Amino acid sequence: MCLAVPMEVKSINTELNVADVEIAGVKRQVRLDIIDYPASVGDYVIVHAGFALRRLDREDALETLKLFQEGLNLQFN
Amino acid sequence: MAPKTTPDTLAKFKDPALCRNLLDRIRAELPGPLAFMEVCGTHTVAIFQSGLRSLLPEEIRHLSGPGCPVCVTHEGEVAAFLELARKDNVIIATFGDLMRVPGPKGTSLKQAQAEGCRIEIVYSAFDALALARKHPESRIVFLGVGFETTAPTVAATIKVAKEQGLENFLVFAMHKLVPPALAALLQDPEVNLDALILPGHVSTIIGVEPYRFLAEQHGVPSIITGFEPLDILQALLLIIDQRKTGRPQVVNQYSRAVADDGNPKAREIMAEVFTVSDALWRGLGRIPDSGLALAGEYQRFDALTTLGVEVQDLPPLPGCRCGDVLKGKMQPNNCPLFSKSCTPATPVGPCMVSTEGSCAAYYKYAL
Ligand code: SF4
Repeated sequence: MCLAVPMEVKSINTELNVADVEIAGVKRQVRLDIIDYPASVGDYVIVHAGFALRRLDREDALETLKLFQEGLNLQFN
Repeated sequence: MAPKTTPDTLAKFKDPALCRNLLDRIRAELPGPLAFMEVCGTHTVAIFQSGLRSLLPEEIRHLSGPGCPVCVTHEGEVAAFLELARKDNVIIATFGDLMRVPGPKGTSLKQAQAEGCRIEIVYSAFDALALARKHPESRIVFLGVGFETTAPTVAATIKVAKEQGLENFLVFAMHKLVPPALAALLQDPEVNLDALILPGHVSTIIGVEPYRFLAEQHGVPSIITGFEPLDILQALLLIIDQRKTGRPQVVNQYSRAVADDGNPKAREIMAEVFTVSDALWRGLGRIPDSGLALAGEYQRFDALTTLGVEVQDLPPLPGCRCGDVLKGKMQPNNCPLFSKSCTPATPVGPCMVSTEGSCAAYYKYAL
């Protein structure tokens, strides 16, 4: 039950405060009551127990990956 | 335009070449034996699933902690929700994982359901509101388990119930808070840990600050980490670094999902609906200020007081060693009942029920 997964926002209904999200063909509707930063269509959000918890930070994800990659290049050079 | 986080970006967190590189560095830099505990059950499963456990050097000992919400549900809480299920005119709404947790007499919600109790599995607390609307003549009792990740979702649901005037919606709040449990764990002289891997999604809500005491007071390196193999490997490297420098710190490796101050909006909703209270934890006992009770005008949603049920401090189930497993004092396969009388099909304790439970993870991946 504790699983939280990143899902892509496909559409947002501000009136009902819900978003349609999808990952790998799995579709869900999630509540937007507790998300701290408004997400837009195309964003990834962490989804848990029917609620979006947080928008995933793209820059940060790429930055982390870059760090791993640099470690690899250093080793090969 | 900023590059998108696509499934591609996410997949890179599993990149075998990068993983191999980090593993090599761990092997080269490990200064000696290292026992780390991952607090969260989802990390336990991720470590097994990715095969990391067998790839890590033998000097790294891996313990699982009290971070599976179903596993830490106390015997007395299980007895109480079974009692609630047997009340007239009550429909229990629960996450599926609780269905098979055995109560003190061995019965579970699943058996109660077979005996005629009305029990509905919901995917979200919010779904329970739909049930309340559909059955105005019954009282819907939502079983609120989960840590800081789940508690705000339940708080938000209770707020909506209040706004919509849904009088027949009730909650049995069994929510538990992670930092007080970690404090209790580290005060136990029998618990021996060199480092902690902190739960990523709990941290999404609470941020970094509530963990500072782990490094400052207990000297334990602690890393907030994501759930991909690269995240976990990087966390181990960060721990090794701190070991070498002798400066324990709390580090947020999972910044793509965890802001340093967490999610203030979620915490605000939580603080409006709940107040911090003592809680009973399976295996850890009563921990001060480690639970959440309904606050102020939200108390009328409390299932226990409304329906006259009390949580008793019941003893552990005979033979089950979940307490020792949750404290990292015992590996699941050393429990005398493991894979004998206790299997996922016939669980004796909750650690064998939940997919995130250490015993279930061992049974599935380590046998
Ligand atoms: S193997 Fe079963 S009985 Fe033993 S600790 Fe785990 S859940 Fe409890």
